[in-house]
Amino acid sequence: MSTTASVLTPLPVLIPLIASAATLVAGRRPRLQRTITLIALSAVVAVCAALLYLADHEGTIALHVGGWGESVAGMGPLGVTLVVDRLSALMLVVSSIVLLAVVFYAIGQGIRDGDDRQPVSIFLPTYLVLSAGVCNAFLAGDLFNLFVGFEVLLAASFVLLTIGASTERVRVGISYVMVSMVSSVIFLIGIALIYAATGTLNMAEVAARMDGVAAGTRSALFAVLLVAFGIKAAVFPLSSWLPDSYPTAPAPVTAVFAGLLTKVGVYAIIRAHTLLFPSGGLDQMLMVAALLTMLVGIFGAIAQSDIKRLLSFTLVSHIGYMVFGVALSSELGLSGAIYYVAHHILVQTALFLVVGLIERQAGASTLQRLGGLAAASPLLAFVFVIPALNLGGIPPFSGFVGKVALLEAGAQDGSVLAWLLVGGGVVTSLLTLYVVSRVWTLAFWRTRTDAPEGDVAAAAPSALLDDTEDILLAERTDVGRMPVGMLVPTGALIAVGLTLTVLAGPIIGYSDRAAAEVLDRDRYITAVLGEAPR
Amino acid sequence: MTTFIVPLALIGGLTSVGVYLLLERGLTRMLLGLLLIGNAVNLLILLVGGPSGNPPVRGRVSDGQTSTADPLAQGMILTAIVISMGIAAFVLSLIYRTYQLTLDEEVTNDPEDTRVAKLTDEETAALDEARPSPDQARDTEEPDELDALPGLEGSR
Repeated sequence: MSTTASVLTPLPVLIPLIASAATLVAGRRPRLQRTITLIALSAVVAVCAALLYLADHEGTIALHVGGWGESVAGMGPLGVTLVVDRLSALMLVVSSIVLLAVVFYAIGQGIRDGDDRQPVSIFLPTYLVLSAGVCNAFLAGDLFNLFVGFEVLLAASFVLLTIGASTERVRVGISYVMVSMVSSVIFLIGIALIYAATGTLNMAEVAARMDGVAAGTRSALFAVLLVAFGIKAAVFPLSSWLPDSYPTAPAPVTAVFAGLLTKVGVYAIIRAHTLLFPSGGLDQMLMVAALLTMLVGIFGAIAQSDIKRLLSFTLVSHIGYMVFGVALSSELGLSGAIYYVAHHILVQTALFLVVGLIERQAGASTLQRLGGLAAASPLLAFVFVIPALNLGGIPPFSGFVGKVALLEAGAQDGSVLAWLLVGGGVVTSLLTLYVVSRVWTLAFWRTRTDAPEGDVAAAAPSALLDDTEDILLAERTDVGRMPVGMLVPTGALIAVGLTLTVLAGPIIGYSDRAAAEVLDRDRYITAVLGEAPR
Repeated sequence: MTTFIVPLALIGGLTSVGVYLLLERGLTRMLLGLLLIGNAVNLLILLVGGPSGNPPVRGRVSDGQTSTADPLAQGMILTAIVISMGIAAFVLSLIYRTYQLTLDEEVTNDPEDTRVAKLTDEETAALDEARPSPDQARDTEEPDELDALPGLEGSR
């Protein structure tokens, strides 16, 4: 492993943490705070891109932070293990791009809507801690480090979700905290049990020793981890917390939660499924869970009238596609799942950012109040319709490419359950299209006077605090042009999402290689533990 | 590995009491339940770390012990304790904030969930009514909202 790689690997965690400390020090100087944040997150994007290149061309990077030297006989490597393979590198790149775009958006929104009375000096440092937690979870080569990464991002997300501490956000925040902590405790139980079974927590070592564990014990351990990760990833029946908690947060916070937090859970499921427990003992159950996640999620979305809640339900629904790809445990399925994760992070974040724009533009996010947006702002209609069609899986967008890859993998598998899932996937895709086109016809095409409550709007744009007071739409004076600072990052994210379509060939090639690498456990184990006999 | 019945019973007891409290609606009770489960898990980690022995410090011995206690388990428990303490502090502040805002400390149902569940068919239909009944008297040749796009006023 080259020195460049060993220097770069810890940086995605270190840079945001150091920047977070710096922004706290600069708490009274908003401009300096913003500058530090933007520089730090841009640097993280650059580092992650470099890591992606290195992981693709020079193979898996493993680093034992601490440098306490090589292992004592029979023991694992000393130090905190960080591993970058193709899968984690791709996750890192996509998430760092999303993190950067969303922070641009949040800053743009804050500047436009006046954040003098808002607790912003907390927002940016917490956001940076969240970034560090997400990157740490993707880099972790050690189960306990993965747990710490989860805790870091969760603790930061608690603060971001309850920012401003209004009645609604506190109510939602408490249930979110409780559900997340229960999932963390279950994860910790899993860690304790795995430690009891194998005597180590280094993922490569656990993988190597897991073969000696009885099959029943193995399935039980996997089940404990699956419950913990399933809550985080919002897999049905552990998903009902998500649509309740995400929509109340400020638009950029919801966007980054929707894009990244659930995908960290999906990433952990992929790792556990391929590296730690490859025998696939629970594949059938995972497939059923995937099918139910898709269908229940999308049926929930049909019933909603608030766009944020509706999108939260589609988020749950589309987690089902990724779990489906993982459960197939074939190279094709895994490759489809990896591509789909990347696609979904980008498109879902973009959609939530667009909802923030809709709220800014029309003073409401519920379909009962919206109407006439296509006439009021063709630009807004344009930035909504691209990611919306992408989510619905209309060719030639990346949603179509990802879904075709997954359906192909399901057909290749050929079992009855796989075919059921293929059917379920098609139905979900069509219903997603129905849901987004319903938003389109109601919010964009009909005139606002036809909406049941079209004449009311929120009293003021809610940047970080939420004001629930309503006034007549006619009395609201600042409705109109969208702030450039919010529009540009949204557009940029949509553009990045479109490159997944334009460069679909190379990216699918990359995800194929990533899937092959993930399925080849020996490569991971050798990269971390070295060639020494185990 | 030898296990002992007493710590196992203790872990089971703490967890079950914790789950019971967590299922309550009172927020303080939920927090207490969470802390109990957290302690049970810490005990579990200690238990899986193996039997007691010399302190995991070089050159220190305890009376008559032949092995050394597992330092990793203790390190993990320490981390878990610190994390749960931080989260408990945050939850307590949230509980206090709830009390300030609502003079109560209970988990309530999501009002939007309840509202959507109680929607009657007519209300749903009213929301979806994208085709208002045609107004015969309306002159459709008149420029409307969509014709007012900047630069397209004279598009007809």
